[in-house]
Amino acid sequence: MLAGGILKGLAVTARNFFESFVSKERLTTVQYPDERLPQIEATRDFPFLVYDGPDAMAGLRCVSCQICEKECPPKCIFIEKSTDRKPDAAGKLQFYPAKFNIDISVCMSCQICVEVCPFDAIKMDVEFELATDDRFGGLLLDKQKLAKSNEYYHRIHPTEANTVDGKLAAARAKVAAAAQPKPQVAAPAVAGSEVKA
Amino acid sequence: MNSDLLHGVPADTITRREVSYDHEGETLEVSMGPHHPSTHGVFRMDVKLEGERIVRLKPVLGYLHRNHEKLGEKSTYLGSIPYTDRLDYFCSMTNNWAYCIAVEQLAAFEVPERAQYLRVILAELTRLQNHASAVGFLVQDMGASGTPLMYAFRQREKILDLFEALSGSRMMCNYMRFGGCRVDLPAGWLDQLKVLMNGFPAFLDEFEKLLVSNEILMARTQGIGEVSAKIAINAGITGPMLRAAGVNYDLRKVDGYGIYPRFDFKVPLGEHGDVYDRYMVRVLEMRESVKILNQAIAQLPEGPILDPKAKLRGFRPKAGESYGRIEAPKGELGFYLISDGSPNPYRYRIRPPSFVNLTVLEDMCLGANIADAVIILGSVDIVLGEVDR
Repeated sequence: MLAGGILKGLAVTARNFFESFVSKERLTTVQYPDERLPQIEATRDFPFLVYDGPDAMAGLRCVSCQICEKECPPKCIFIEKSTDRKPDAAGKLQFYPAKFNIDISVCMSCQICVEVCPFDAIKMDVEFELATDDRFGGLLLDKQKLAKSNEYYHRIHPTEANTVDGKLAAARAKVAAAAQPKPQVAAPAVAGSEVKA
Repeated sequence: MNSDLLHGVPADTITRREVSYDHEGETLEVSMGPHHPSTHGVFRMDVKLEGERIVRLKPVLGYLHRNHEKLGEKSTYLGSIPYTDRLDYFCSMTNNWAYCIAVEQLAAFEVPERAQYLRVILAELTRLQNHASAVGFLVQDMGASGTPLMYAFRQREKILDLFEALSGSRMMCNYMRFGGCRVDLPAGWLDQLKVLMNGFPAFLDEFEKLLVSNEILMARTQGIGEVSAKIAINAGITGPMLRAAGVNYDLRKVDGYGIYPRFDFKVPLGEHGDVYDRYMVRVLEMRESVKILNQAIAQLPEGPILDPKAKLRGFRPKAGESYGRIEAPKGELGFYLISDGSPNPYRYRIRPPSFVNLTVLEDMCLGANIADAVIILGSVDIVLGEVDR
């Protein structure tokens, strides 16, 4: 029969059409922005800086080691190291970034900065509605815009954030144990880890 | 003559013009692309036509050139992995794998068992989604505007969701690392994959019912764009295009890289090397991929996913050279690296399957109609990110 194959194909199309009224499997369209798909946990787009505690600038985990800046393949990170040191969350004196800029118009969301960061200070965000009419300043994020709280990190990537918190608490406990003879340094560190745990 | 067709024009006023079928007509040069919708990206075919027939075809490339190989020489070994995602952006997982094989040969890393299985699973998922959409695009080029392509994309989206749940990104996965993989499977991922694989044969049945016996499709594709096995071998064609010409050459069988020798699967072969055979080889390969996936899911062992010797940051392999190649969905994808002991490769060269497969485009198109050039190009299955690099 000449048109047998075509009719067979049309039957498939017709079946898809009619079943789309009853089956979610056949009609997968989501009416964005009224409807949204749930976020997949591992999703990533652009990096942000994690801070602990209430003050974003004081609580940044970043110690300005500049590894991410070196490893970033498209070189979208710019860091200026501070000249002075201040105590980090574990009470250890550390440098901090005087400037930390990420140009997200250059960033390619590869998350290599996250992978190489030894301090778990930089993580991937899930915010994707970043359209702006200022293509230079609007997409060049500075330290203030990049800093997001640990609670926010827990909200977007709960499993990963719990693992990181466990790792950091263990590291703090080790530092506290090593600093036992000097209780004035160890005390705030232990208190900090209890808050986190 | 039927007077109704003349719309009241007196029949004797119409004179029949002389029509000649053997004159030396003028040739017309048509530039198809770079933004022609049939060219799958920014690609131009400079076509010389005699009537509808193609007498010369010159492919014009380079509109998407991004200096990929030079970037590879300027980035660290780790920093090149996200760039390989952007070669053939449909198949980032297989691109990662080919590059990682090249670096692993350079540094003699052992890939753990579990990572090997994960790589096979992800590569076969990539093959499924690539072939489904390649077939969809091919049928769209023939004028079935949208419907089969959207069915393919609906299924592809489920695979991309799995990629996102694992690697964080749908297409730019950046997942594999030399010496293994980046992260382990998240909770529930394998169950999702099993559900998808249970439903996949039904999708393939439906997809085949929709198209395979379609008379229009057969009329448009059979005997069009033939490539003989001899030309295919001489031109270095690989992948489904070579197998459609009847040459039994699949690197999964020939090289047996990774752990492919452990799986039981067949390599579909064509006979004629025409567009229809290329289309059918892809359809049949999807069935074989499902078979491999089911075996891999059943055998997936527990264990580490990254070689403890593997050093990602500050990695400096000793001087030497290596060539890592795999059977990517489009053909043999190879990475050739020369190391001089520094953190960057001295030379970084890619053997891209779509670029090499494109070299016989003129041989396939000569004598064909211009409308056939569109589907011949569609059957090559190119991605311009890889052709132009």
